[in-house]
Amino acid sequence: MEKNHNVSRRQFLTYTLTGVGGFMAAGVVMPMVRFAVDPLLQADAADDMVDVAAVDELTEVPQAYDLEYEQDQGWHIEQVSETVWLFLEGDEVVALSSVCTHLGCTVNWGTDPDNPEQFFCPCHLGRFERDGNNVPGTPPTEPLHRYPLEVRDGRVFLGTNAQPQI
Amino acid sequence: MLQRIYDWIDDRVDVTPLWRDVADHEVPEHVNPGHHFSAFVYCFGGLTFFTVVIQILSGMFLTMYYVPDIVNAHASVEYLQSDVAYGMIVRGMHHWGASVVIVMVFLHTLRVFFTGSYKKPREINWVVGVLLFFIILGLGFTGYLLPWDMKAYFATQVGLEIAETVPVIGELLYTLLAGGEFIGAQTLTRFFAIHVFFLPGALLALVAVHFIMIRRQGISGPL
Ligand code: HEM
Ligand code: FES
Repeated sequence: MEKNHNVSRRQFLTYTLTGVGGFMAAGVVMPMVRFAVDPLLQADAADDMVDVAAVDELTEVPQAYDLEYEQDQGWHIEQVSETVWLFLEGDEVVALSSVCTHLGCTVNWGTDPDNPEQFFCPCHLGRFERDGNNVPGTPPTEPLHRYPLEVRDGRVFLGTNAQPQI
Repeated sequence: MLQRIYDWIDDRVDVTPLWRDVADHEVPEHVNPGHHFSAFVYCFGGLTFFTVVIQILSGMFLTMYYVPDIVNAHASVEYLQSDVAYGMIVRGMHHWGASVVIVMVFLHTLRVFFTGSYKKPREINWVVGVLLFFIILGLGFTGYLLPWDMKAYFATQVGLEIAETVPVIGELLYTLLAGGEFIGAQTLTRFFAIHVFFLPGALLALVAVHFIMIRRQGISGPL
């Protein structure tokens, strides 16, 4: 038996009007939504290496250096300056981020009188060993991040995105 | 599923009458272009509202990137137009829509005028309509400054000098609108506030009054 394929006038109008209306609404809203989510879909900026220090200035004791670079913020170029801890581990140069891995305060070297050989974060008394490993029992849960690093002609070049050590 | 969510809510707060009231309201034959094609002139009010909705939506999205500051305003508009996906379209909607609103308001006003719909008992709605027209002109005037380019600056210069020619209060009016003795940083922030908060707020309030009165009084006619 042939099924009843009749569509009532009311159904037909409901389908066509919601269909056409849906297309029109999508045509209006879709560009605006894509416009709004653009930051999610923009490619990450290329990570240029920045000249930060000469290798012969460095010692076994971490010293603070400024990592300065330009950050593209759409209609504005921001001059960013980040503090980086540089030191020698044997012949290796190590560049640790100064951003505490607990909640993002800035760590300092040797400012806790009880632990002069550690990084210290004043916010919640977080501590890190010289190699960046977090001291168990203090708030941070992972080591300080490290910057991508290259030594060219006796100068230390750093990438601008510090990476987790694990 | 959707039906059950709807029923659950409807059970408690009885929303059906709210939309039924709108959905079951019959369109009178004399304003329905399906019956008499010439009745399309009755669409201009709805088309005005439609373009206003587009202005409000596209304006809200533009505000995500736009900065109301003399240093960054132009750069932010240039960035959102040329570097953000669909920026040219979203700004284009707002830019061209601003003119379309005026055209639609004008056609709607002509229809109301030539059908005599401003007569008793609808005088108040004519007055509300005129206020809406002024608000929309105000939105066009204040919005025009926001891209902070030469055209924007000098159009505002001219507009404010026109305001200054008002007898007695002209100079006060200029200072109040410009936020000082000259067009600058304070004018831009002021126009931005008026453009995105004050006038849209007033516009929505008056549109509500406009529509409530139309439901109360019905559409005029037939001729
Ligand atoms: C009937 C309503 C409106 C009209 C007639 C209108 C008109 C205008 C005009 C003529 C411009 C200048 C555009 C250009 O030169 O390209 C403009 C810019 C702007 N408008 Fe509106 N507008 C309306 C509503 C709104 C609303 C509700 C918002 C925000 C909530 C908004 C946000 C903006 C912004 C951020 C700009 C600067 C960006 C640009 O210039 O492209 N507008 N508007
Ligand atoms: S932010 Fe450093 S210890 Fe909490």
